[in-house]
Amino acid sequence: MDNHNTRRNFLKTAGLALGCLGLAMPERVFGSGGKVLDADGDTITLLTPGGQLVKVEKSKLKPAEMPSLTENQKRGREGLPNRSWVMVIDLSKCRNARKCMAACQAHHQLRPEQHHMNTLQMQDAEHTAPYYMPKNCMHCDNPPCTKVCPVNATFKRSDGIVLIDNERCIGCRFCIAACPYSARVFNWFEPRDAEKYKDVTYNIEANVPQKKGTISKCLFSADLLRVGKLPSCVSACPNGVYWFGDQNEDAVTNGTTKETTSFSKLIRDNAGYTLMKELGTKPRVYYLPPKNRAFPFEGEIQKHE
Amino acid sequence: MTNNLTPEESRQKLDKIFSDLTRSLKIKDELARFWIFILAMFTIVGLWGWMHQMRIGLGITGMRDYVSWGMYIGNFVFFVAVSLIGLLISSILHLLKFDWGQPISRVAETVAIAAIALAGLVIVMDMGRPDRFLNIFLHGRFASPIVWDVTVITTYVTISALLFFIPLIPDVAMLRDRLGDDVPILQKKLYAILSLGWKGNARQFEIVTHTVRILLVLIIPVGLSIHTVTSWLFASTLRAGWDSTIFGPYFVTGAFVAGSAAVILVMYVYRLRYDLDEYFTNKSFDMMGKLLVLMCLVYFYFNINEFLVPGYKMRLAEGVHLRELFTGRWSTLFWVVQIFGVIIPILLPLLRYFRRPLPLTLIAFLTLVASWFKRFIIVVPTLEHPYLPIQNVPENFVHYSPTAPEIMITLLPFFASAIIITMLAKLFPVITIWEYAEKQGIDKKYLLEEPEK
Ligand code: SF4
Ligand code: SF4
Repeated sequence: MDNHNTRRNFLKTAGLALGCLGLAMPERVFGSGGKVLDADGDTITLLTPGGQLVKVEKSKLKPAEMPSLTENQKRGREGLPNRSWVMVIDLSKCRNARKCMAACQAHHQLRPEQHHMNTLQMQDAEHTAPYYMPKNCMHCDNPPCTKVCPVNATFKRSDGIVLIDNERCIGCRFCIAACPYSARVFNWFEPRDAEKYKDVTYNIEANVPQKKGTISKCLFSADLLRVGKLPSCVSACPNGVYWFGDQNEDAVTNGTTKETTSFSKLIRDNAGYTLMKELGTKPRVYYLPPKNRAFPFEGEIQKHE
Repeated sequence: MTNNLTPEESRQKLDKIFSDLTRSLKIKDELARFWIFILAMFTIVGLWGWMHQMRIGLGITGMRDYVSWGMYIGNFVFFVAVSLIGLLISSILHLLKFDWGQPISRVAETVAIAAIALAGLVIVMDMGRPDRFLNIFLHGRFASPIVWDVTVITTYVTISALLFFIPLIPDVAMLRDRLGDDVPILQKKLYAILSLGWKGNARQFEIVTHTVRILLVLIIPVGLSIHTVTSWLFASTLRAGWDSTIFGPYFVTGAFVAGSAAVILVMYVYRLRYDLDEYFTNKSFDMMGKLLVLMCLVYFYFNINEFLVPGYKMRLAEGVHLRELFTGRWSTLFWVVQIFGVIIPILLPLLRYFRRPLPLTLIAFLTLVASWFKRFIIVVPTLEHPYLPIQNVPENFVHYSPTAPEIMITLLPFFASAIIITMLAKLFPVITIWEYAEKQGIDKKYLLEEPEK
């Protein structure tokens, strides 16, 4: 169908955008980003990180500077046009590899005890089988967290992502109290890499550099989505747990196999569900049940009492 | 009241009232100085703790990502609660014409002002970024209960301050005219300024009475809002233990309990320290004792509703929470708080003996302490039990235990409010003289006469 087409286009544009970024600021934005191979006349050939060669008209190239703080804050509030991001987490595949957690902490400069993505060991009732459940922010469509924020520092964008502006947050932690999924973390101390990144302009779409005394949480790697990449956790998973994509296109891509499929079909065929739907928060993160597990559950189930 | 005192009697009586009630201002009070000095020292220690917290981060407290509100928020709720007594005593009792409340109303206003001013400070101390406090006004988002809270608390502070100040004007004028060299010259200047050129004519009294009456009516909805909205900080979330529809009235009655206890305590100290047995009479204590019982009964009723109904159903998350309270990790504190904060102040003051000043004060003290821990137990245990398991974090994320600097910072507002209350008592009479004199049948025209030396 033409879904697939759009999808391919999407990926292509993605690579392209990345290449341009790489050209303009090779070390600051993406250390291993695109490379200029050859420039002749009006076009220029670029190598994308995916290993693809692309030709671009020079006139189409724009310098990819980091926007200023205010501009970044402004465009960060708007969301990517006509997108509606969803994530599908296949519990039957998760073997607790925790590569997603590590990639996330690296991307968002988190301390070891701070998790945007947290793989939990779950057991629903006394005699049911335990399983692993990666859990991040659900990017609720009816988010209790944004409602309570007194300064509009955490907000819902048009593309479904719930973001935080760490330059505005006053650190009241009301949103932590309001979030039923324990998705939010706080910078109780000076953030991990505060010293290292103290001169870097704050990026609202990645919450980096992290700011002391403010909130952080999963952002669906909004900064990567802007340049057409999949979120860090999704690409980091070695086991094919994560699917990520655009509900408007009804297409999700698997972070491991890079296979793209229909979101609705995936949910329909596998009895996908959302967490604690009875709370009415309308999550954008879907789960596929932990049946026919590819990996057995190892280890003790932790009780938290 | 009989109005047939002779001018001579009136003057004598007024002189006595005046000199009794200004004793706290005139007395060379080494003890009070020492007291303030000690309080100031502790306050400074607390401030130092706060500086430390601003430098290092909120991480110096025992709070972490799961229990992200702790003692500070409990403290905030406590101070807002105590401040509500201003509403109950000076407004509701006054409008219902309970005469015995009159001598207590300035005590109640003093307690209210001290408490609400400090509540404002406490909430700033809980912020991760106090430097961005103004964002609430710059970027205020009206859907947030915090913004409602800031709005109503500011209004309440204003009205309470006016309610303290306006009835004070005639008194200050008396101080201006009658106090000799007993007080420092600067203090006399202060009275001269604050009396706003008061002359004591009928028109002025009319304005005062009228304004006060309007304020007394206004403060009722505002006062109820401050504590109702404060309770919504919890009730507006989806958490087990907070997700309750009766939190508003539950908090308001709890506040009346805490406030009555605080007023009894302050009253007792004034009575003892400034020989005011004739003013804060045994009857005042007796009535306050009855008020405490009444408030506790209502509070008891809300407690039953709050715990029995969910306790009957024991729904999953609520069941975990309640089990922790009733028999689990929090049970000792929970039961001690229920007994000292609700049961004892109902049972004991039913007996006349326990409504006498000293026993009642002791009960009030216990009740007040229990009220503080009650707030603590409303805030913390709920947060220890989110819907999803707490995993992959260090042990101190799982259970909350306050740290030493956190306790210091929590105590700061107690010392600071004691300083405010003491200073107010040293500056202004603790009972509204002109109202009191009027109740004794002394005509207003004698108020501003020069006393015979
Ligand atoms: S999961 Fe929590 S933080 Fe994320 S949108 Fe929902 S309520 Fe907000
Ligand atoms: S902690 Fe920050 S983001 Fe959360 S409610 Fe408060 S101001 Fe908003």
